[in-house]
Amino acid sequence: MATKVVERKPLSLAERSYLPQIVSGLRVTMKNMFKPPVTLEYPDERPDIPPGYRGVPTLVKDPDGREKCVSCQLCEFVCPPKAIRIIPGEIPEDAETAHVEKAPEEFEINMLRCIYCGLCQEVCPEEAIFLQDIFSVTGTSREELVFKKDKLYALGGTLPDSHFKWEKKKSAELTGNPHH
Amino acid sequence: MSEGQEDKRIPIFVDDEEVKVDPGTNLIEAVAQAGKEVPHYCYHPKLSVVGNCRMCLVEMGMPGRDRATGEPMLNDDGSPKILWVPKPVIACATNAAPGMHVRTESPLVKECREGVMEFLLVNHPLDCPICDQAGECRLQEFATDYGRGYSRFIEQKNVKPKRTRLGPRVMLDDERCILCSRCIRFCEEVAEDPVLGFTDRGSYTTLTAFPGKELANNYSLNTVDICPVGALTSTDFRFKMRVWFLKETDSIDTESSVGCNTVVGSREGKIYRITPRRNDHVNDTWMPDSGRALYKEVEAENRLAAYSIEGRPCGPDEAMSLAATLLKGHRVAIVGSGRLSVEEQYLLRRVREAIGGGPPTFLVGRTGEGDGKLLSADRNPNTRGAILTGLIDELPKEDLHDLAHLIAEGGVDTLLVAGEDLTMAGVTRDQLKRVQIVYMGTHHNDTSSVAKVEIPALTVFEKSGTFVNQQFRVQKFAQAVPGPKGVLFGLSNFTRLLDTLGGGKRIAPSPANVWAEMSGDVPEFADLRFEDIPRTGSVVDDARFAHLPFPEGPGFHFNPKRAETIAGA
Amino acid sequence: MVTDTLGLVMKAFIVIGAVMTMAGYAVLLERKVAARVQGRPGPNRTQIPILGSIPVIGTFLTRLGVFQPAADGLKFLFKEDPLPGHVNKFYYVLAPMVAFIPAMLTMTVLPFGAVTDPVTGATSPIVLADLDIGILFILAVSSLGVYGIILGGWSSNSKYPFLGGVRASAQMISYEIALGLSILPVFLWFGGTLNLFNVVEGQSQVWTALVQPVSALIFLIALFAETNRLPFDMPESETDLVAGYNTEYGAFKFGLFFVGEYTHIIIGSGVFVVLFLGGWTLPFITLPAGMVGAVLSVLIFLAKVFCIVFFFMWVRWTLPRFRYDQVMNLGWNKLLPLAIGNLVFYAIVIAVIEQLN
Repeated sequence: MATKVVERKPLSLAERSYLPQIVSGLRVTMKNMFKPPVTLEYPDERPDIPPGYRGVPTLVKDPDGREKCVSCQLCEFVCPPKAIRIIPGEIPEDAETAHVEKAPEEFEINMLRCIYCGLCQEVCPEEAIFLQDIFSVTGTSREELVFKKDKLYALGGTLPDSHFKWEKKKSAELTGNPHH
Repeated sequence: MSEGQEDKRIPIFVDDEEVKVDPGTNLIEAVAQAGKEVPHYCYHPKLSVVGNCRMCLVEMGMPGRDRATGEPMLNDDGSPKILWVPKPVIACATNAAPGMHVRTESPLVKECREGVMEFLLVNHPLDCPICDQAGECRLQEFATDYGRGYSRFIEQKNVKPKRTRLGPRVMLDDERCILCSRCIRFCEEVAEDPVLGFTDRGSYTTLTAFPGKELANNYSLNTVDICPVGALTSTDFRFKMRVWFLKETDSIDTESSVGCNTVVGSREGKIYRITPRRNDHVNDTWMPDSGRALYKEVEAENRLAAYSIEGRPCGPDEAMSLAATLLKGHRVAIVGSGRLSVEEQYLLRRVREAIGGGPPTFLVGRTGEGDGKLLSADRNPNTRGAILTGLIDELPKEDLHDLAHLIAEGGVDTLLVAGEDLTMAGVTRDQLKRVQIVYMGTHHNDTSSVAKVEIPALTVFEKSGTFVNQQFRVQKFAQAVPGPKGVLFGLSNFTRLLDTLGGGKRIAPSPANVWAEMSGDVPEFADLRFEDIPRTGSVVDDARFAHLPFPEGPGFHFNPKRAETIAGA
Repeated sequence: MVTDTLGLVMKAFIVIGAVMTMAGYAVLLERKVAARVQGRPGPNRTQIPILGSIPVIGTFLTRLGVFQPAADGLKFLFKEDPLPGHVNKFYYVLAPMVAFIPAMLTMTVLPFGAVTDPVTGATSPIVLADLDIGILFILAVSSLGVYGIILGGWSSNSKYPFLGGVRASAQMISYEIALGLSILPVFLWFGGTLNLFNVVEGQSQVWTALVQPVSALIFLIALFAETNRLPFDMPESETDLVAGYNTEYGAFKFGLFFVGEYTHIIIGSGVFVVLFLGGWTLPFITLPAGMVGAVLSVLIFLAKVFCIVFFFMWVRWTLPRFRYDQVMNLGWNKLLPLAIGNLVFYAIVIAVIEQLN
């Protein structure tokens, strides 16, 4: 490898004394002292969560309080760290939402495994799982950090439904376009 | 293939590529032989052709001949001129003819498929997320592969009954049904129990069971298998697990000597369902419903999962050494089982030889009524294996009164029981209490409760091996799930017992090694290696056993050689 | 006589209390300056129960971090005071005291104000002990501080403290010479007096820093080195020696080192103010006689000291640390010749001026 010798300009006396450089450095830091702080005083101030932020995955209910998840297990399938575990179950025939037929019997997300990739939200055909704005999860044991269904619904709350698929289905069953 | 057969095959041209097929082959199969796919719903290779789904439309043409002269018509470049049928034809109902040309990828064909898919999806509900068929649904697959990709349908979809109970094991969702009629034809042609039919017309056509009837025959779940969509679902498997999670393992139905080929679907050590595997020599694509529930024995409550001596849990070595002490130098009787694999039966024979003194050996016979299809009279899956391996010479009896006599006379000190409950076979508990029992088995029962040594064994789903079915067909099954914690894997129970007894050369506890041993001892297996047995099984010579009155009557792909055999006894 | 002694003791306690408090708040200042330079708010949480809950003022003081030094001090007091098993226990315990006591001692001779008798018009310094050889006392005692560091580094029986101690001793000895040489011209200028009060009074019109800028510069640089401040942070060198000489120290003993260091800075600033920035005097302004003038003079002195202390902080959070060889090079090859040259130059200048007069 060829060595290239870089010609360096000899330092002037002022440069060698180092003092002008110190002064310019001091000027920079002094300027900085009068700028407002760039930090966020976290527990008092909360950061603005931008739309599309991927926080803790949660399950949501529709405005009628029906659980949207039908336990299709696509999220369990797509989950890269295998954090999601679903036991599917059947909705009993006499339930109000019996026309949906299927709902999770148990839905677990292991928050110790979750990598917040958002693939579950992306894959969900029922728009039932959302990575919302919760970014801080704490717990005192491993078991506590395996979020069960009730906890996931408590975190998720209710989100507006954009297409009312199942309501439409029910109304079609009750009134519209019947056979005979 | 001999010269004569070669001549019979006829050349056809699939997308200008020549392929030779047997005469009478329809175009779906012919195209499949050319390595291409014609999508289809109603066509099923083992059912009659009705051609009502219209999905398999292809373009077909024949080389033209001049009517006047009979000379082949030629193009300008000298190639034969193909006269294309102006409209598409359905490939399932069109048989190959010499020189026939087929187009499977032309714009017309694609347009046809898109049109058919669009019509099929018109009234199909959007409930893939809750549909059990999702993942193995032909409608999903073909909509992806051949569909239009978007919907133009803005009207309301038809509402049809969902959750109809067709029978004890089958649920029907009429909205999902695409009216292919496979289930109707199956019930008529294979199950011979015609209970299904369509009512109403047009978009309102509804599949239903005839009034007062239900789909309750022992083959009803096959309709679920052949349903290309999620209209028919199994009550047992319904909403249990998505199919894409299931690991599929080849296995064998153990409920009778037919030995239906099956696929075991399991996830993380838990079995969720058993479905038939196509074997044109044994069970086509069917299996009885009763065989599909057998996986439940794996997690049964009375499962035996620990080595124990007089009810006290112990390690396998301790149990083996006590068993060897009880067997060696005592008057022993052995009870084998027709449910053991060929390898286990052979190793049991070796155990008998290691004990020495030619202890009497029994096998518990099980017979039931054969249904003339896929459930034979011999309800042991591997009676022929026991005979082939030399464990027994005669056909087993259901009642072991010979053994009972022997015990009553005090001619037996130790009983080695492999996988059978003797109280069900004519030996009383009191008699059993008079002898010391070494019990190897998968479940607790009355015999194990009086056993001195209990050795837990693996079910068919937890080990690999072979069974020999009624056709003397050696069929392999593979391990689908791990055995219970603490139970020795594979054939280790037998090889370890053999070692403890001092059975000479040690045998590694894998089927392949046992087969290597067997090829010397069993003439029928001399040229057969475990690795070489194909998925469809391998038939061995049964000439040595022609004199034995096997109980099986005729069934699918099976005709008993002895006419005097009592059918269904 | 007894009352005199008692008064002196009282005065000493007041001064010690004041300096200790200032050391504590110097730490706060350091943290605040660091935070501001780095775009952070700095300590703003610590509250004292009643004081902190006063509506506006309490919140303001809390945000300012005023209560932080109390928390820091309490922490040092109440933490477990470990005595590692591998140390030389006697010297290990002795070291922080040796570092702390000289720092405190130096301020006895440092005048920090002047009181003018309204009747006689005579001016006398506000100082614990008005020594004629004040500066010599300061130089002598403050250089004892290095023993604390060397002892701490050596007695810890651990490689990083040891390296820190060795570096500290080498550095302090090197810069002591330049420090001493740089102030000689000042005392020559004021007619050979070594009394600090006289030096200050001599600057009532023109600060020495303007007359002898080179002396001031050398003194300031040497002061940085003597107080182990960045960019001469050899003894601690967090980046390569963990925490240097005090790596093995914790709790109260560490606190002594810590306070000693900041006391050094305050005293050093005080000496600088006295020698070069006119002490408690302001140019062209005569302070009123009596108590008012005394208080004003002290306040002026403190304000100047504050500015220098702030300058210390400001430099610390601006400059990176020198490499050890650069420190030695600067001390022996640059500052020492410069200081000697400076001394010779002013000796000649003063001689010439005296000849002219």
